[in-house]
Amino acid sequence: LAHGAGGLKSRELVEEVMLPAFDNEYLRQMHDGAKLQMTNNIAFTTDSYVVQPLFFNGGNIGKLAVCGTVNDLAMTGAVPKYISVGMIIEEGFAIADLQKIVMTMKEAAAEAGVHIVTGDTKVVDKNKGDGIFINTAGVGEIIQGCDIAPQNVKAGMDVIASGYLGDHAATIMACRHNLQMPGTLKSDCAPLNKLVEKLLQEVPQIAVMRDATRGGAAAVLNEIAGQAGIGIIIDEDKIPVRKEVNGFCDILGFEPLYLANEGKFITFVDKKYTEKVLAVMHQSEYGKDACVIGETNDKAVNEVVLRTTIGGMRIIDMPAGEQIPRIC
Amino acid sequence: MKTRLSLRVRGIVQGVGFRPFIYRLVQAITATGFVFNDDDGVFIEIQADKAELDKFLREIKTKLPPAALISEMVVKDIPIKANETVFIIKPSPPAVERKAYISPDLAICEDCKREILDKDDRRYLYPFTNCTNCGPRFSIVKDIPYDRKNTTMNEFIMCKKCQKEYQNPLDRRFHAQPNACADCGPQYSLLDKNGKAVVVDNKLILQSVHQLLKTGKIVAVKGIGGYHLVCDAYNEQAAQNLRSRKRRFDKALAVMAGSMTAIEKLCTVSAKEKELLQSPAAPIVLLAKKNTYNLADSVAPDNEYLGIMLPYAPIHCLLLKNEDVFVMTSANITEEPIAYKNDDALTRLNDIADYFLIHNRIINTRIDDSVVRVINNETTYIRRSRGFAPSPLLCNLNISKKIVFAAGSQLKNTFCFLKDNKAFISHHIGDLANKAANDAYKEAIEHYKNIFFLQPHIAACDMHPEYFSSKYAHKLSLPIIAVQHHHAHIASVLAENEIKDKVIGISLDGTGYGDDGNLWGGEFFVCDCASYERRGHFSYLPLPGGSKAIKEPWRIAVYLLDELYGKKAAEKAPDLWNMLPDNWPLAVQIAKSGFNTPLSSSAGRLFDAAAAVLGIRSSINYEGQAAIELEQLSAAYRGKVLPYMIKNTAGIYQVDMLETFAALMENNVSVNKKAADFHMTMARAIYDMAAKLQKETGLDKLVLSGGVFQNITLVKLLFELLADKFTIYMNRKVPANDGGLSLGQAVIASNCYKKVI
Ligand SMILES: [Fe+3]
Ligand SMILES: [Mg+2]
Ligand SMILES: [Zn+2]
Ligand SMILES: [Zn+2]
Repeated sequence: LAHGAGGLKSRELVEEVMLPAFDNEYLRQMHDGAKLQMTNNIAFTTDSYVVQPLFFNGGNIGKLAVCGTVNDLAMTGAVPKYISVGMIIEEGFAIADLQKIVMTMKEAAAEAGVHIVTGDTKVVDKNKGDGIFINTAGVGEIIQGCDIAPQNVKAGMDVIASGYLGDHAATIMACRHNLQMPGTLKSDCAPLNKLVEKLLQEVPQIAVMRDATRGGAAAVLNEIAGQAGIGIIIDEDKIPVRKEVNGFCDILGFEPLYLANEGKFITFVDKKYTEKVLAVMHQSEYGKDACVIGETNDKAVNEVVLRTTIGGMRIIDMPAGEQIPRIC
Repeated sequence: MKTRLSLRVRGIVQGVGFRPFIYRLVQAITATGFVFNDDDGVFIEIQADKAELDKFLREIKTKLPPAALISEMVVKDIPIKANETVFIIKPSPPAVERKAYISPDLAICEDCKREILDKDDRRYLYPFTNCTNCGPRFSIVKDIPYDRKNTTMNEFIMCKKCQKEYQNPLDRRFHAQPNACADCGPQYSLLDKNGKAVVVDNKLILQSVHQLLKTGKIVAVKGIGGYHLVCDAYNEQAAQNLRSRKRRFDKALAVMAGSMTAIEKLCTVSAKEKELLQSPAAPIVLLAKKNTYNLADSVAPDNEYLGIMLPYAPIHCLLLKNEDVFVMTSANITEEPIAYKNDDALTRLNDIADYFLIHNRIINTRIDDSVVRVINNETTYIRRSRGFAPSPLLCNLNISKKIVFAAGSQLKNTFCFLKDNKAFISHHIGDLANKAANDAYKEAIEHYKNIFFLQPHIAACDMHPEYFSSKYAHKLSLPIIAVQHHHAHIASVLAENEIKDKVIGISLDGTGYGDDGNLWGGEFFVCDCASYERRGHFSYLPLPGGSKAIKEPWRIAVYLLDELYGKKAAEKAPDLWNMLPDNWPLAVQIAKSGFNTPLSSSAGRLFDAAAAVLGIRSSINYEGQAAIELEQLSAAYRGKVLPYMIKNTAGIYQVDMLETFAALMENNVSVNKKAADFHMTMARAIYDMAAKLQKETGLDKLVLSGGVFQNITLVKLLFELLADKFTIYMNRKVPANDGGLSLGQAVIASNCYKKVI
């Protein structure tokens, strides 16, 4: 790829690669911006994606960029509608790779039912970028009748994980460091909005949901405990982790609870509705392994505690960068 | 010709029968005056003939009650008071500031023991018998001053007989705050698993429990500082059940023996060890097993030592017959703090104990049994807790004169307050990865602040940002000093010995956070109690998988063997390879790439790695296990020195042991001899380093601290090599392991703070 800054080459890139792939009525307007229709209250989010490697088992940076923004909108209780895509591409990046990324984005957007309505592409000089950076922003319509906020979490609620934890980070680590990994290991990267929409329609009483991306489930649990002013106890026995992820993490010295996911979220709900939540989740491909992992309490406020297999109680801290051994 | 003296007595002089003792001494002479307790200890004015006063002063020192400890006695001549006719005990003035201290819990005294075994005594078989010379103290104190209403005995109203003893200055129970008898005091009851009372009559309870134990049952017994899990140490099945239910594998269980005779059948006991066993602190003493040792195999497998103690609470004296030896292990699931509340015990221990022997006196502060060991005829602490805490250590290194709070370590935690010349080192709090220990830590800190009038001006903590204790200290909004882990270890010895000079400090340890972000633990310092200079260390080795590598020494071992032999490593060390998980190559891979692989100079990890490459142990079930097993295998041999290298880059020595590992693999001798060779080589390398640093600095004080110095074999070898070149100092008052860290942190903070202002 040698499409120079801004000018003609960038336009070729847009016209030859982006437009055919993302083609829709909004893009076809070819204005400076997209004109959109929205009826309800709006949720709006943005995120930038920088990841190595760009391609991994179960996805690539493009799929991450679409799913990440779609999921962030879903977690606010919105139906994602439109997203923008901004790409910063390093000179020399293979067109074939770019096409692969773009096609995946198209598929992910189609699955999520969102339109890519506006975008931007810049090419930077060699060594000024890491292959490709992608930014996505998205807007969605808030689903009426539900109220998703950490402050809704009270003591005595169930904590539900939507499926196996740690798949994404384990896969990325294995690829990045060229480590031998079980062939079945793959990223869980997926758009969760359809599942979430169904869930909120059936159980609008859900207190809060949050996707367990950076910092993993541990970060989400700590955030909610802090924001809601409650305590959380989770059971080691109940945490869903695939055998191969567990074995891999064990050797590497990581705890799956702290590993990033790209297709999992944690739900807090009054125990009355737990069964209903699980029933809805179990019907979806992305929630079929959902289970209760613990519950909230008002005794140890702001604390996340793990009840270990042998019955001990261990504090699960907010993840703080690299885990340095604390054992003397 | 009369003389009048005033005496100011400081130390542990309250709640230990000091005033009645003075009163009795006065009865033996003709004297007048008074005695009272106050914030500062005990104050006495006494008026008598000179000769009688001399006798009085002599006897204060020679006849002191066993639990009392005088740290200071100021005697002054004062004017005579005419018209004084009696000697009285005066009431205490209200407390302003506390300089008199709460006594540790004391083992039952001989007098009380006699009474509870005497059919005709009114306290026959009463398991809460105590007097001013013995009984619970710190564990029942809720507030100060130390009066019954401020202890958990406040719920029990003394009967007339007890009250009379309590008020009689000539009685052993004069102002014995926990004084009680069967008519008015706390009671035991025996419950089944469901919390249902099975037996309530005291006499029958004792018989039933003894019988249950003798038939192999496990009973949770509430004692002084918490619950014990008890079973017959001669019953293999019972010991096995206890282990599997408690999830405690391999690590030796402590036992209690009914008599010295029973102990001497099992272990060799020196005069010093006997004295410790029978002292008011009544700690667990680690004793070498004799060849007549015949306890059940599961009590202390693969261990040449047994942790043993004598009955220290009346209930123990009543439960154990002379010949009995019972397992008496702290009632918890591995790593969790000991259970001490009744409802908590009934739920937490439900899967472990068959029966519960509970009582209705509340334990205010849980305290674990202390553990000590005699090395070279000197007491060393492995855990300083019941019987010792909260007695302060005297230490004149508090340069800043501020009150310092030191937060301590993450594991084996204690905290410390340094005020004036006293260091209040807390009882053992334990592993701060536990929620229950976190809570106990915070509560205990508040308790110490309250009962000792401690409002800290400075906080000290470990440099490790993720220790629970460090995070706690950072939240205090006090000036904070982050202390390097191994400097704190060395400073704990400086504090014990009040050493102000520069010393050569060798800290051999597990892993602690270093200045460069690596994990230190084999450090050669030139230092004092304010600062240090790192002059050498063991070469950095990767810890693949971080904490996992500490629990699984095979990870370092496969890295080392890969360095030495590449693809041939597996055939070189078949014993180790038999113990490896399938995906072991990942560990080598991340070690080489540095992914989640911190570097460590820890000496402890070298012992672990040696045990692993020799196929002795690939992963551990308790701290230090691999090193302990390596040491025990080496015991019968005197090793020879294997090759090693000392390099110097940029003025810092690095002791590289890679060649030692090669020699361990190549030499064609038994594992036992290899283990001995490794110890000898480590000792030699340390000696070389000490000699080099002495040559460069001219210093002749050598300080050794850190967990590795619990290795007796290594310590003995080092004394052989170094004793004529150096005055050697080691921990004698606090543990060399992380239990002593808080003392070092406190002293360093006080000395650094001075420099800063
Ligand atoms: Fe240490
Ligand atoms: Mg995001
Ligand atoms: Zn007594
Ligand atoms: Zn009574």
